Amino acid sequence: MLEVKNLNVSYGDVQVLWDVNFSVAEGEFVVLVGANGAGKSTMMKAVSSLVSPMSGEISFNGRRIDTLPAHSIIGLGLAHVPEGRQLFPEMTVKENLEMGALSPAAKLTRKETYQKALSLFPRLRERERQMAGTLSGGEQQMCAIARGLMARPKMMLFDEPSLGLSPVLTQEVFRLVQKIHEEGMTILMVEQNVKQTLGICDRAYVLENGRILMQGKGKDLLEDQKVKEAFLGI
Amino acid sequence: MDVFLQTLVSGVLIGGIYALIGIGMTLIMGVMHIINLAHGQLMMVAMYITFVLYQYLGLDPYVSLFIAMPALFLLGAVIQKLFLNPLLKVDSILPENQVLMTVGIGMVLTEIVRIIFGSDYKSVTTSYSGSVMYLGDIAFNTPMVVAFGIALALTAGLFYFLLRTDLGKSVRATAQNKEAARLMGVNAERITVLTFGIGAGLVAAAGTLLLPIFYLFPDIGGHFTLKAFVITILGGLGSTVGAIFGGVVLGIAESFGATYLSMDLKDVVGMVIFLLVLIFLPGGLKRLTKI
Ligand SMILES: Nc1ncnc2c1ncn2[C@@H]1O[C@H](COP(=O)(O)OP(=O)(O)OP(=O)(O)O)[C@@H](O)[C@H]1O
Ligand SMILES: [Mg+2]
Repeated sequence: MLEVKNLNVSYGDVQVLWDVNFSVAEGEFVVLVGANGAGKSTMMKAVSSLVSPMSGEISFNGRRIDTLPAHSIIGLGLAHVPEGRQLFPEMTVKENLEMGALSPAAKLTRKETYQKALSLFPRLRERERQMAGTLSGGEQQMCAIARGLMARPKMMLFDEPSLGLSPVLTQEVFRLVQKIHEEGMTILMVEQNVKQTLGICDRAYVLENGRILMQGKGKDLLEDQKVKEAFLGI
Repeated sequence: MDVFLQTLVSGVLIGGIYALIGIGMTLIMGVMHIINLAHGQLMMVAMYITFVLYQYLGLDPYVSLFIAMPALFLLGAVIQKLFLNPLLKVDSILPENQVLMTVGIGMVLTEIVRIIFGSDYKSVTTSYSGSVMYLGDIAFNTPMVVAFGIALALTAGLFYFLLRTDLGKSVRATAQNKEAARLMGVNAERITVLTFGIGAGLVAAAGTLLLPIFYLFPDIGGHFTLKAFVITILGGLGSTVGAIFGGVVLGIAESFGATYLSMDLKDVVGMVIFLLVLIFLPGGLKRLTKI
């Protein structure tokens, strides 16, 4: 469904991604792990066209998307839940969610999708009219995920959804992501909670200093000596 | 007491129109994060358009609103698209340099108008220019009351747009988090063009409404850019609700200055309040909501 080929990305003179190749098949749950500064968010931003690659190719459902402007990506069915939530702080929860459903297709079913999203996140229902900027960290993450769902995407990108959350809330967020996946969503998630995410995903890639170091089934990587040393401290 | 009330009333009436000027500048600041130092010059252009329509076609200034506003909307949109947005694409040009660009645009507009119309004072005197309504002992200058009503309606319309329509919400979203807005499918560049257009259209309305009570000359633009700046700072940068407060406060301050000090000092009063706010209330008068 998503295919990234020989991708090189740089910010000015500094190259951040080196010849990255990976793919996500329809219905898969793929995780991208890596240390701080490895280039995970840059990878996600490249997929969403927020940064444009120096070279390489990104395609979604067989269609090349790296040459498209950022605002046309979501309409293709690819929603990005960015690192650090990136909500609209002075808009209500409801308005934030509405912003997720701007494409003509998503707009048609906006009311139903909205109710569906709220049933997945009951806490948001109580806070519909609250400014997103005043939500707690956990609620903000729920709001960001719900906003992504509002687009009725075929595939979702999650960039560190557990960032800044307590262990309990992290569990909760992972459970929700799994639930969304079980309902048929294709998922690419960036995480630093390596142990937990490798346990729930289908496949994973390890990114180190902008290069794909290894890939494999989540469970296999968990057993890998290098992964253990680098991420699990064993 | 009557003098006091009278002064207050004139201040509020003019303040409502000042608010239109300030809201336009504030919108532009909120979305593009720049101070548009051509704001008053855009207003001046709108005033000349209205003047020409009156002088040569005999068109009533209120009717000219329907021409001056769209014309300035277009001019503003073109400025954003052709002169400001290209600056953002060159990494070596700092975003702040957009502000310098607006200064240049303001100068060019002023000089073009000076070439066409010369520097002398023009004015529009309609049949109702001097007409007055009374409520008890308080006199209401009719054109000012109408202007105030129109300003109010335009402001309400703008708020409806920003709060209730998808496009208006996209404008607010872009102001609050541009990158996230783009992820949601908002064409941020188009939003900047639209926003500059709306800002210019609003200040065009203000200019047209003020024309019957002000003398018109090319340099009036700079004068009103300063006023717009004061209003925007008074209102707490980037808040449209604040800009309304800022406009009304400036209107009232000038009105009291003119009545109780002297006509010549009315602008000084505005500047003094401006400085006091900067020193003691750097956040501006009000920051109710950032819309
Ligand atoms: N806008 C930018 N301009 C310049 N350099 C950047 C920019 N964004 C990221 N970088 C640099 O690119 C590298 C990769 O950053 P990126 O945000 O992709 O890392 P990450 O893997 O997501 O890290 P984290 O886990 O901390 O979120 C870092 O060295 C970072 O400093
Ligand atoms: Mg990151």
